[in-house]
Amino acid sequence: MTVALSKTEIPLTGFVGQVLQRLGEAVVEVEKCDRRRGFARIDPARTVEVAEKMIAMEGCRLATATGVDVRDGIDVLYHWAFEPQGVVVTLKVLAAGPDLQVESIANVVPAANWIEREMHDLLGANFRNHPDMRRLILDDSWPEGVYPLRKDFDQVADRPPLPPNQTPPDVPPEKRQAE
Amino acid sequence: MSHRTCINIGPFHPLQEEAEFFQLYVEGETVVDMDMRTSYNHRGIEKIDESKTFDQVPFVVERVCGICSASHPLAYIQAVEEIAHVQVPERALYLRTIVNELERIHSHMLWVGLAGHFLGYNTVFMWAWKYREPIMEALEIATGSRVNYANCKIGGVRRDMTEDLLKQIDKACADLVGPLDMLTKAVLDDPILHARLKTVGVLTPQAAKLYGALGPTARGSGLPIDVRRDDPYAAYDRVDWDVCTAPDGDVFGKAVVRLLECFEAVKIIRQCVKDMPGGEIDAKVEHIPPGEGVGHVEAPRGETFHYVRADGSNRPVRHKVRAPSFNNIPTFKASCIGHKIPDVAIILASVDPCYSCTERMCTAVDADTKKPMYDFAEMVRLSREKTEKMRKEW
Repeated sequence: MTVALSKTEIPLTGFVGQVLQRLGEAVVEVEKCDRRRGFARIDPARTVEVAEKMIAMEGCRLATATGVDVRDGIDVLYHWAFEPQGVVVTLKVLAAGPDLQVESIANVVPAANWIEREMHDLLGANFRNHPDMRRLILDDSWPEGVYPLRKDFDQVADRPPLPPNQTPPDVPPEKRQAE
Repeated sequence: MSHRTCINIGPFHPLQEEAEFFQLYVEGETVVDMDMRTSYNHRGIEKIDESKTFDQVPFVVERVCGICSASHPLAYIQAVEEIAHVQVPERALYLRTIVNELERIHSHMLWVGLAGHFLGYNTVFMWAWKYREPIMEALEIATGSRVNYANCKIGGVRRDMTEDLLKQIDKACADLVGPLDMLTKAVLDDPILHARLKTVGVLTPQAAKLYGALGPTARGSGLPIDVRRDDPYAAYDRVDWDVCTAPDGDVFGKAVVRLLECFEAVKIIRQCVKDMPGGEIDAKVEHIPPGEGVGHVEAPRGETFHYVRADGSNRPVRHKVRAPSFNNIPTFKASCIGHKIPDVAIILASVDPCYSCTERMCTAVDADTKKPMYDFAEMVRLSREKTEKMRKEW
């Protein structure tokens, strides 16, 4: 399904407007642009290019990213903070399709490394070309393909069983019985 | 090529007594690579918040961390206030500032003490924790608790402070300046600490930016970033204070920043007490409209970042919590490599990592009857009695 995203009529004013203008055509929709905050959706094919442009800007850093479980997939929100302007610009990319893939920006911005791993663990978004996609949040015994932060995961009903207690091998059998 | 060995620190840190796991790859005594893992105590607070109402969430998020338990709720509340366009009364802004700065003093003093302890300099540990205690008492008397202050709510604060109490807080801060000065000089002029901390664990400003380092970790590398000044919240734009930085990026620089920030915090609190406006302490908030908001607060360890999405119901659809240590811990990859193992112990402590492991509770069990000696209600009663007693005696 293709939806023609029209550029909304929000005027690109102030510092946030300047930042969004510098990203040019990569911005497909501006949702909010005021003195302190900006929210915009960017072209998923140009995620890395946008990240390169952002981190090269003076005073910009990646504050963090948020994954949101939405109807069409996982919405990945990169929050870029600017100092000393005190502005936070949130750039959204939708990880859509059956494999929920989106390009990783961790090779360009090391600050994205952990948070992308977290989003992969908790929501199941897949980050292409991530340098180190090991588990960060979930225990190694957690089953594959179960994502605890998704909307359809019930905290009580869907909770996987705890791994069996491992008794150290050097404990003699009679003591094991006592436990 | 020399032989490479892996040294495990953790999963339970022997000094910080928290769950974290570092693997140092060493050649001889020199660390050549490292790997780390945290999240042994993940509590799924973001998921829990989705099932709480907007008013309940602050009580959950202040339990993210026992030390930053004023910063986390404030960041969340600011995000919600951004969605609902709430105008917070002036007096509430000043009251928020006081509690947040008291928290900063006690957190920095705690770190200075621990850093001394890590280096085997236990005098610093005892001094710092001794002078931190009056601040903890001030917090308990003002909010009713040493941790988890339950001070803020959407639209304002939950408790007012009397004229008398404000004077007492002012006095506690004024009395702190002398000992703090002594402690600062003792730390900054000590030749042994210079030898142990200078040029150790240097984090360059470039690396700090790329890793998204925050708070004293970034300011110790000469990056003058501080949410309190850059995106002012509470009453920080109404009082006079300075952002403290140190140029070198080493562990010493981070210690300098933290100590100087204690003086700034005292300055901020005393101005707030002096200029405290009258009036209401909260605004009435009836409905949280659909929308999304970002709130960030300069916690003692750096920026605490919260993102809230609302859909018009009484619960958040999504609440993202990012504590400062999440960004600061990965900087070890940039600051530890090339150092000797004994230096790495203090570098690993230099960002004041906080693993939010305060979710556990101990119960004292009677040895004979095997019954718990105190239940939850009993402990609440005892702690309230103690606070009341302190308030009378203060």
